[in-house]
Amino acid sequence: MIEFRLPSLGAEMDEGTLLEWKVQPGDVVRKGHVVAVVDTSKSAIDVEIWQEGTVWELALEPQQTVPVGTVMLRLLEAGETPGHAEAEKRRLAAEAGPAPAAAPSPAAPLAAAPAAPAVPDLRQRVSPAARKRAAELEVDVTRIAGTGPKGAVTLEDIEKAAAAARPAPKDRGLEMRRAIGAAMARSKREIPHYYLATEVPLARATAWLAARNEGRPVTGRVLMAVPMLKAVALALRRYPDLNGFYRDGAFVPGGGIHAGVAISLRQGGLIAPAIRDVDVMGLDDLMRALADLVARARALTLRSSEMSDATITVTNLGDQGVEVVHGVIYPPQVALVGFGKPTERPWVEDGKMVVAPVVTLTLAADHRASDGHRGALFLAEVARLLQTPERLDAAGQES
Amino acid sequence: MDDATLRKAVFDTLCRIAPEVSPGEIEPAVPLRDQIDLDSMDWLNFLVGLHARLGVDIPESDYRRLVTLDDLLAYLGAKLSG
Repeated sequence: MIEFRLPSLGAEMDEGTLLEWKVQPGDVVRKGHVVAVVDTSKSAIDVEIWQEGTVWELALEPQQTVPVGTVMLRLLEAGETPGHAEAEKRRLAAEAGPAPAAAPSPAAPLAAAPAAPAVPDLRQRVSPAARKRAAELEVDVTRIAGTGPKGAVTLEDIEKAAAAARPAPKDRGLEMRRAIGAAMARSKREIPHYYLATEVPLARATAWLAARNEGRPVTGRVLMAVPMLKAVALALRRYPDLNGFYRDGAFVPGGGIHAGVAISLRQGGLIAPAIRDVDVMGLDDLMRALADLVARARALTLRSSEMSDATITVTNLGDQGVEVVHGVIYPPQVALVGFGKPTERPWVEDGKMVVAPVVTLTLAADHRASDGHRGALFLAEVARLLQTPERLDAAGQES
Repeated sequence: MDDATLRKAVFDTLCRIAPEVSPGEIEPAVPLRDQIDLDSMDWLNFLVGLHARLGVDIPESDYRRLVTLDDLLAYLGAKLSG
């Protein structure tokens, strides 16, 4: 029996509300299968499962809000019987049980045994008015503990249960502000940031991209953000100490180069879902992935892996016209790369002054995981890679 | 395609990218991307939408000519009648 728990949905997003199940008991699921839609302060998120098996039991009801790590559903493994799973579930519950055996009182074993009421009443008492109201409010009376005489379910009990089941209206803007605030406060409190910046000439990349886009239909064009993203990913192969997480007092390298892309939302707020394995993607694939991610982020339909997988964040504030961005690292990541607006600036090359498009590239990095020297080499590598843009295009390319 | 139809097509496409915009508020002679928060991805999606709707494919080298709403309407009008 496999317990599937609500996965982490990003820093400071520590609970979720089940909106709907996408599977039913008996369904066969595989890795990556979306099993549920969960609402967080930032977005409704499609929760993907990581294991394979047959759905046996759904452990949550829609509209329930639970912390990250709560069992959402249980799977039968290949060949497993429900009987075996039931035994396994009881064993796990006993292990996790709230009854540590310290200083057992002599009466404890006996007292613990009859958990049910002393005189179980097989027929639940519900007043007719309460039953009618329950039907109107679509409340399941069998799940309500009555507070009336002899445990009868009263009209008031129904109203309370209905109110509890109804999700409080969410102010997503406010909640997102709080989630961003909490994550960034944690970042500034815990992460000793260092900041570096360098200017990168983009004449070659701009000309190469313009030639590549020329003659392509509008649906086939690639934005400058894409070769930038790819250059960052390739440079991270050489500087893996900037790609990963700081957890439990140590740096843990990322299991791949998954770039969180900072996306501003029209209604305000920010989200940075990940594109996985950017370093092995060709530019057209990366463009499609980016366009899809931006569209889904804005429509607030992201996947759980996208919310938790990013090993670094890349922000591109150039479109908003600023030249330099000093990033705040998204914990537990250890670095954030920023691109400003490419502008025409005086540039000296081969002893000659020319006017060229130049972008200011910045790095905010965690001093617990790397030093400024490494950060500087990394930025120089990104700058170098952007001078040979045609080499960024190959999928699966070795740097 | 008459002027009003073209105008409506452009507004409808724009509102799918930037739902908060009401067409009446757009100043026709002020740079569009200064009035509406359109990043380069939004702009590209806008052009993709226009292409799907009107069949006009705007090459990248023409972007610089399309600064205001008036520019865009004139450009599209010429392409459609030409």
